[in-house]
Amino acid sequence: MMMDRPSVKIIYIMIIASLCCLMAACGGKDAGAVSDIKEKGGKERIVVGFSQLGAESDWRSANTESMKSVFSKENGYELIFDDAQQKQTNQITAIRSFIQQDVDYIVLAPVTETGWDTVLSEAKEAGIPVIIVDRQVDVSDESLFTCWVGSDFELEARKVCMWMSYFFNKKGIKSEDVHIVDIQGTIGSTAQIGRTKGFDDMANLYGWDVVAHEPGDFTKSKAKEAMFAILRNYDNVNVVFCENDNEALGVIEVLEASGKKCGSDITNGEIMVVSFDGVNKAAVSSLVAGKISCIGECNPLHGPRVESIIRKLARGQEPYKYQYVNEKIFAGTSAVPSIMLGGKEYKVTVFNEETLYEWPY
Amino acid sequence: MRNKIKNMSDTSLLLSITIVVFFLMYIGAMVFQGKGFLKPQTFFNILNANAALILMSCGLTIVMIIGSIDISVGGVAALVSMCCAVYLDYKGGNVFVSMLIALAIGVAYGVIQGYLIAYLDIQPFIVSLAGMFFARGMTTIVHTNPFNVENQSFVALKETRIIVPGMGSVNKLGKYVNAYVEIGVIVALLAVLVLFFVLRYTKFGRALYAVGGNKTSALMLGINVKKTKFMAHLLCGILAGIGGYVYFLHVGSGAASHASGAEMNAIASSIIGGTMLTGGVGNIIGTLFGVLSLATIQSIVSSAGMDQAWWTGITIAAMLCLFLVIQSVVIARKTKSLKKQ
Repeated sequence: MMMDRPSVKIIYIMIIASLCCLMAACGGKDAGAVSDIKEKGGKERIVVGFSQLGAESDWRSANTESMKSVFSKENGYELIFDDAQQKQTNQITAIRSFIQQDVDYIVLAPVTETGWDTVLSEAKEAGIPVIIVDRQVDVSDESLFTCWVGSDFELEARKVCMWMSYFFNKKGIKSEDVHIVDIQGTIGSTAQIGRTKGFDDMANLYGWDVVAHEPGDFTKSKAKEAMFAILRNYDNVNVVFCENDNEALGVIEVLEASGKKCGSDITNGEIMVVSFDGVNKAAVSSLVAGKISCIGECNPLHGPRVESIIRKLARGQEPYKYQYVNEKIFAGTSAVPSIMLGGKEYKVTVFNEETLYEWPY
Repeated sequence: MRNKIKNMSDTSLLLSITIVVFFLMYIGAMVFQGKGFLKPQTFFNILNANAALILMSCGLTIVMIIGSIDISVGGVAALVSMCCAVYLDYKGGNVFVSMLIALAIGVAYGVIQGYLIAYLDIQPFIVSLAGMFFARGMTTIVHTNPFNVENQSFVALKETRIIVPGMGSVNKLGKYVNAYVEIGVIVALLAVLVLFFVLRYTKFGRALYAVGGNKTSALMLGINVKKTKFMAHLLCGILAGIGGYVYFLHVGSGAASHASGAEMNAIASSIIGGTMLTGGVGNIIGTLFGVLSLATIQSIVSSAGMDQAWWTGITIAAMLCLFLVIQSVVIARKTKSLKKQ
């Protein structure tokens, strides 16, 4: 099956001819490309490249959707979106492609914290500001990115704990009667570390009886296993602190299956469930039904904040390096109208059938 | 022209289809998408990101020519990068020794899998499936969490950029930037060149095609079929080892999820490059263009900002179908016209 002589010649001719075409296209079109975007819109659009790490959860999808709706053509933007499917190599490739396309801004939701030095310095050399969203990056030189936008996970946990403390006070529940378990998220993730720390600090402060910490991996199935184990080993648990909504839904299933009632009336044998995110529809329905008492919102709508940063940069102003998005507290009862934390007042958003339209997701 | 096409062998016919399709696609991207595709660096970035895939695909092409398969290459790449990462960072190791580790892992895989497939006559799919699971499992045993290598001499090697003379473009700041490739690209292209000559001009190369084309007649020709098979798998293992190191050099970190799905991309590239799963037909240059085609599709999809990542997968699937159909149609027509003669 070896190649015979004449055919080899044809291949060479083809290769050379194609290469010539390539060169011609390379040289001829270079100048025209940059003005391409200008011509289409009449006014120059701002080109934003967004490298999203994947589409693994409701939260992530809401995050992507927020970016897409803000950086729309109607708002004067051209968004180049890339889904990296949980792979850092894909994100590096995407950023390099953004640089080659001369985008005006790069938005990066990194899959891991390390390994960004090289590609971020390439972006810096090319004069493209990089805005990091959600997870943080661990780089040797902080000037490699313009700023970071994301959630304060520890504050989220403190707010939910503060809501509980207000609630217990109002109902006259003594802190030594609060027997609480923490269903943790994926151990080592930024969200888990922040929420567990916030919880531990506040539980210590108020003297709640922390029965156990059990990892639930942010998933329903793992949280169910964890809750089964807890019910087998302890019979006095009356509050379950879940580190996200998926876990809370699993916990509720287990509690109901074992004949317990989920609700805020813990003096009468109900078990209180609190959780985080507030992006999941089923979780918010449970909140309305009273099965989840309180949800600390983890706001995925980074789009508007990122856009305001870009507008600031376009005006030549320097944005703050670390920016936290505003996050609310969702509750199913109006027992606690607002909480005070760190000298700041946070209003509690109460959801019932009538006010559910206010739910932003 | 007609006569010439008739005279072409299957291998070179499929090769020319691949090359033409690749250039059509790339030029199409330049014309319709413009932007980045007009800059030479976009093309070199495709090479930079896929140097490891080129090496792995070459290995797969060789085993596919003898009618075999190896799906462990992605796992081997992950194992190589994790072992080298742990060695360099935790043990404060030497870069050259880490290269030897990579090579050793590749050779070990080639020898064991080659022996099982060639001499014990076990199905290559099953052997390499086991190999893949073993490699992925071993990777997590060596180290669970992903981490970055900070060994200075390694980082220096990783950051080395080879300037491509005469190529470059003006960036947003109005500065002229030279186009560059990473070291891995040089390694990959060298391997392609060497393998091209091995397959074309050496006895071993001809033996590969003979074994893949027809085992019995190869045996009658006095070719040591078992040894040829063994050597093909050994070569594939070594290429997977080198590919793993090039991958490691590109990402600079160790992680259990590295190079996941690389084996499938390598098979797809080989097929797009004109290699047939049935054996006996295939070409290394075609494989190179197969990888480039695959990467160009990804690049087009990502720079077009298509909403969902699965567009890449769907386009690649469509391309594969297209290539397979073209291949079979062309070959069927050729055989028909040959019969008429």
